Amino acid sequence: MYAIDHHDLGTPPADSAKLVNVEIDGQSIAVPDGTSVMRAAALAGVSVPKLCATDSLKAFGSCRLCLVEIEGRKGYPASCTTLVAEGMKIRTESEKLHALRKGVVELYVSEHPLECEGCPAENHCELQDMAAVHGVTGSPYLASDRRPPPVTHAAAAVEFETDGSNPYFNFNPELCIVCSRCVRACDETQGTLALTVQGRGLASQIAASQAERFLDSECVSCGACVEACPTAALSEKTLLAAPQPNRAITTTCAYCGVGCSLKAEVSGGEISRMVPARDGHANQGHACVKGRFAYGYATHPDRIKKPMIRAKISEPWREVTWDEAIGHAAREFKRIQAKYGRDAVGGITSSRCTNEETFLVQKLVRAAFGTNNVDTCARVCHSPTGYGLKSTLGESAGTQAFTSVMKSDVVLLIGASPTEAHPVFASQLKRRLRQGAKLIVIDPRVIPLVRGPHIEAAAHLQLRPGTNVAVITAMAHVVVTDGLVREDFVRERCEAESFEQWRAFVADKRNSPEATESITGVPAQTLRAAARMYATAGNGAIYYGLGVTEHSQGSTMVLGIANLAMATGNVGREGVGVNPLRGQNNVQGSCDMGSFPHELPGYRHVADAAVRGTFEADWGVTLREEPGLRIPNMFEAALDGSFRGLYVQGEDIAQSDPNTQHVVDALSSLECLVVQDIFMNETAKFAHVLLPGSSFLEKDGTFTNAERRISRVRKVIEPLAGLADWEVTVKLSNALGYPMHYAHPSEIMDEIARLTPTFTGVSYEKIDRLGSIQWPCNDAAPDGTPTMHIGEFVRGKGKFYITQYVPTRERTGQRFPLLLTTGRILTQYNVGAQTRRTSNTAWHSEDRLEIHPHDAEGRGIVDGDWVGIVSRAGETVLRALVTERMQPGVVYTTFHFPESGANVVTTENSDWATNCPEYKVTAVQVTKVDKPLDWQERYRQSREARQPAHRPAPTTA
Amino acid sequence: MDADNLVHMVNDIADFFVPSAGAQRAPAEVAAHVKRFWEPRMRRQIIEVWRTGKAPLSEAARAAVALLAQEAAAKG
Repeated sequence: MYAIDHHDLGTPPADSAKLVNVEIDGQSIAVPDGTSVMRAAALAGVSVPKLCATDSLKAFGSCRLCLVEIEGRKGYPASCTTLVAEGMKIRTESEKLHALRKGVVELYVSEHPLECEGCPAENHCELQDMAAVHGVTGSPYLASDRRPPPVTHAAAAVEFETDGSNPYFNFNPELCIVCSRCVRACDETQGTLALTVQGRGLASQIAASQAERFLDSECVSCGACVEACPTAALSEKTLLAAPQPNRAITTTCAYCGVGCSLKAEVSGGEISRMVPARDGHANQGHACVKGRFAYGYATHPDRIKKPMIRAKISEPWREVTWDEAIGHAAREFKRIQAKYGRDAVGGITSSRCTNEETFLVQKLVRAAFGTNNVDTCARVCHSPTGYGLKSTLGESAGTQAFTSVMKSDVVLLIGASPTEAHPVFASQLKRRLRQGAKLIVIDPRVIPLVRGPHIEAAAHLQLRPGTNVAVITAMAHVVVTDGLVREDFVRERCEAESFEQWRAFVADKRNSPEATESITGVPAQTLRAAARMYATAGNGAIYYGLGVTEHSQGSTMVLGIANLAMATGNVGREGVGVNPLRGQNNVQGSCDMGSFPHELPGYRHVADAAVRGTFEADWGVTLREEPGLRIPNMFEAALDGSFRGLYVQGEDIAQSDPNTQHVVDALSSLECLVVQDIFMNETAKFAHVLLPGSSFLEKDGTFTNAERRISRVRKVIEPLAGLADWEVTVKLSNALGYPMHYAHPSEIMDEIARLTPTFTGVSYEKIDRLGSIQWPCNDAAPDGTPTMHIGEFVRGKGKFYITQYVPTRERTGQRFPLLLTTGRILTQYNVGAQTRRTSNTAWHSEDRLEIHPHDAEGRGIVDGDWVGIVSRAGETVLRALVTERMQPGVVYTTFHFPESGANVVTTENSDWATNCPEYKVTAVQVTKVDKPLDWQERYRQSREARQPAHRPAPTTA
Repeated sequence: MDADNLVHMVNDIADFFVPSAGAQRAPAEVAAHVKRFWEPRMRRQIIEVWRTGKAPLSEAARAAVALLAQEAAAKG
């Protein structure tokens, strides 16, 4: 069942500028060439009956309901598969057509229950609609030797076993009309191909994988099939528990950096379900198991609903009023600044909060605290992207829209696993690969895109962790020495001096694939072939993730990526570019909003007096010209006693930052830690003030996704604790003596637009009108900028940088012979604060250590054994997963559960330019042990005691 | 601030700039980077560490910190 306010046009739009004139039931209309008759009719306001067609899927022509008459043509063609032609005259209604369609509907209902009361799709069931339109109340086709259909849906669920294994949706085969929309959605929308039609004729039925339960099958629970289903055969369980929705509010997903546009369907005070917006610019009608289904955390019993304070972290919490909590926090910050100086405090903004909220937190730190000690969680993920792309291209952002990938010929995917971490983009990528584009994967692990159903990468450069820079420089060596540089592009678009210096550097034999093979582990010929493939692609696009940035040479690698793109002319048009896949929903936005300690909003350095002057005039304060502390520096300063107070909004630094013991020691030494979060997270254990946060469903604002797309977040329910996050920051600032006056987040965006050149054209009114806006949005680009650097780089001429490979200090040896690297899994998200509190635990209830059979066998480890992982920073215990996805010598884990302690073992090694931690390379030893450590067991027991019901709780306003 | 960590950090910055800027120009690039991204107390401390003469700073890193020290002294 698609969104309740969706007006379906039957078939997808045609991509043609040429218009064709047709007449439908006497109405004239011009539509793009290639449009189906069904869609043309819908655009003319004429609804042609249909069951197997929907505008998110290619026309299929199986249900035979959409028959029409076309002047001059024989018979009754299906309008979904018949394309318009100039001058075509179409009739959609006649007695004959009605009789034909009625017969078809009677055949369908012969296999479908007729009593609709209580059906989750009632009033939204397309078969019900078709029966009503054609006056069908029964079927003459019930043969005496065949069993009549069950009279009610409940009877059908009993008689034909309903598959309720998936935590979020049911499959009731008896309600299925085998229209194949689910099968096609799994293919065309999601790209997993987990569903099929099994059997023939009347015995045909939909099956997941090899007729397995949905939960056990290859199904990734994206829900595309559920949405495509015209009946209630596939339907959300929440529709059984909650009232039928009667209102839809469009908002933006709060999980990964794809930033899917979602519709929250509401009835009364409850959210009935979440449906992707078909006109969503980032997701184009698709969503994943997290965005569509895993929103139940918003009303989880663990939500903090009352402000709390305590004098010492050893004392119990005391619930207080908002005013008391805010007043206490403000007094403490002022006391600390009076005693230790104004730079003894700082703040951390969140990539999970809105642009408006991060803008306010950095404003509070700079204007109310009077310091530049503000940072954001992008410090520990994509800060090298900001440094590298600003240095080479001139802007700290990706260059393309996601749709650009549909024009790529070769995709170079580095240190990212989109099917796991950016699933909706992955679906688009797979669609393009199945059209014939080639994929090169650079990753230590055999990620799912290396080889999967109907997907196989043309090359997999399975490098050793920590050797990215050697690989990218070797690829550049091949481009230069094989004469594959796009000389015309470089001559026109790039700095000659830096290019010539770079050309000489990469051409050096020490950077050749043969010379670096022993370092990287990548066979020279494989690397050469991959470099040639990318350079000669036509359109070569680079997509990368944290496997690039979270290294001691993270920034160098980003520079190397930009070098390669510029040298091959792969920047400045559709189908190419350099595209960081951002981990969290608003990483791009939080960076744009001036969350880094050295930059004001719009990536302008605090030392720039003219820029500072603009903000000073608007904010009425004097701003500091020196950069502030970055997150790792804050920890160091806390340990040396020069940093005593911290305001953290929506971040769990105790769990997400490296070397947990180091972080714990730092947080424990603070005199005032204020945590603003929706849950009592790990960081809150060291806090003195706890301010309840609000989920994305409880506030207005905007998120900016990985393609610079600013989308609206709209309030669906009231804040559970009474205040949205931006209102809390305003109150705190007021209490600190720096009054803020905003009645609505739109006014904060107006201020951002006023002060930020790349945002001058942005307003809520314009976002509402256009749906979303990709910045820069200003007088030069009033509707935004899908593709950057067209004709000229933002910095003028592109600049090349020397990317000398420098081995990380984190080396393997006798004590720690293996390298640990980390990543995410599809059903969980980062530190798991949200997804652990949903039924997504059905797929992933614990983090495991992935280890190659060779390494496992040598240690006597078999699948499922407890294994101890020890590094120079700490020790933890996980269960082993023995798999050939890993290469020998490298182990891997996810970090979604606090009891896993992945960051207990990671070290504080960091990127040379930005201090981004080197999560991806930790030298460890792995040994078989009997059980988890005591602290882990306590965590596990505590969590299991709070385990949510299998189904997400209805969200109550 | 952990002195060893600061030394590592400035050495890493020098490792990046030496190959591109060369031994002569690298110290100025390193100093500029540190000035652009390091909070003042970090800069003060690396200067203190440098003054001891015992820190394992690379040649370029040492020269860069010397430049930072000169600038700080000039500012008073």
